[in-house]
Amino acid sequence: MYQLQYKPFGEKAILIEWPVTISELILDDILIFKSKIIAQKKSCIADIIVGYHSLTIVFNSHFINYTDEISILKSIYNSDIKSAKKFHHLWEIPVCYDDEFGLDLEEISKKKNLSKEAIIQLHSQPIYTIFFIGFLPGFLYLGGLDSQLFMDRKSNPRLQIDQGSVGIGGKQTGIYPLNSPGGWNIIGKTPLLFFDAESEKPCFATSKDFIKFIPISKEEFYEIQRKVHNKSYQISKKSIHD
Amino acid sequence: MIKILHPGFFNTIQDKGRVGFAEFGVPISGAMDSFSADLANHILNNSLENALLEITFGGCSLQFLENTIICISGADFLAMLNDTKVSLNTQVEIRKNDVLTFGKRIFGSYAYLAVTGGFQSEIKLKSRSFFQNITNEHLLKKGDLLPISSINKEYSISNASIKFSKHHFESKEIYCYKGPEFEILTDFQQKALFEKSFTISKEINRIGYKLNEFIENNLPQILTSAVLPGTVQLAPSGKLIVLMRDCQVTGGYPRILQLSENSINQFAQKTTNDTFRFSLLEN
Repeated sequence: MYQLQYKPFGEKAILIEWPVTISELILDDILIFKSKIIAQKKSCIADIIVGYHSLTIVFNSHFINYTDEISILKSIYNSDIKSAKKFHHLWEIPVCYDDEFGLDLEEISKKKNLSKEAIIQLHSQPIYTIFFIGFLPGFLYLGGLDSQLFMDRKSNPRLQIDQGSVGIGGKQTGIYPLNSPGGWNIIGKTPLLFFDAESEKPCFATSKDFIKFIPISKEEFYEIQRKVHNKSYQISKKSIHD
Repeated sequence: MIKILHPGFFNTIQDKGRVGFAEFGVPISGAMDSFSADLANHILNNSLENALLEITFGGCSLQFLENTIICISGADFLAMLNDTKVSLNTQVEIRKNDVLTFGKRIFGSYAYLAVTGGFQSEIKLKSRSFFQNITNEHLLKKGDLLPISSINKEYSISNASIKFSKHHFESKEIYCYKGPEFEILTDFQQKALFEKSFTISKEINRIGYKLNEFIENNLPQILTSAVLPGTVQLAPSGKLIVLMRDCQVTGGYPRILQLSENSINQFAQKTTNDTFRFSLLEN
């Protein structure tokens, strides 16, 4: 149990805040609270937005009395409704770190005095936790980047970064789910799609899933890209218990 | 069907937006001024969920390829049906091949064209609202054909028109609540927010409106957290950004104010060089 802060956020939303830290324990607590709220109040909620240390509940309509709503939420937080045991997935994300895609590998290598092989090793070794999705449709906020790879965003952002590009921005690593301008240092590219507007579940991954990057060759990249295009690629995943 | 003869500056199909997909990072979208959009649908006895054509700054024309009934609400862009001026906020009967033209801007930024039964463009993630990478189109082009609902053979036009006040377009007061990070502003910064008059900059679109004036900013960035349409962010430069309907679902700048729902609609109708003041409401 954490000491939470409840704040009104305009006429339709309430913001709930945990202590200001990025931590998986806090993420777990946020997600448990989120599932309890959905179980109790689903019909009056439009959206629930997870942040590193926050949960924002957007109601369907203007709520009458926010003091009442907050006391209801507090009692939901303190209740011990058992949320169903959840499985989380560990998704294996193939990434080609070839120079053709790793536009900034050379520069990082020079700045960090690390070989490209060492950078790829450091980046593909960890299991990253998905905290939440934001910024762009299908953009995963990941925790777990090795501090040796921390790298400031580029001072001149690129006007276009290709969908699937894998980059490092400050203390974070991430995948551009769509073509977009951006200032991250690009080290590789995945042939997988992280956002599919045709699907009711437009991103396969969710908060508290995990991902691991699997280095692949250029030949494998194009082979997987073809399968993704034909919708015949099955993303490799393992189930992990809570 | 409606055929786009001249696409104008930035015209899109909008409805109530994509509710329930924020957890996938999908912006809500929807009509910039939902008050005016609702008014147009209401006058046609449509469902308020029906999709409309959102017209930005006029300067466009379209042709009806079938009979229908329309209503135009929101901004006044001197709409002409063939050679006759069209009244706003009333039912207008349309005959096959009629041409509707939106000219120059008299007031407001967004006009809404509702048709009986609504526009029938594709639904993606439970909404017809245009958004790049979600709908196949993100703005209308010359020659586009927009499907609309067919009307009953037996229909009659009501001449009733809604008396409406221009206050919605001319109000210089934008009502807002304290945002989540309001309290970490100094007294001096808080006072400046409500004493200054603010001006809308040239950088305006469906994602957000940047303001010209600066507020001294010594606040740290925040851990990425939710933002909503109507959130006023304080950027590192000290400039304010008022987020609008197509905004991202999360952000890292302090959220110092949150516009009231009605003020989001009124603010949407303002444009570059318009001035206003923030006025504080209590939750």
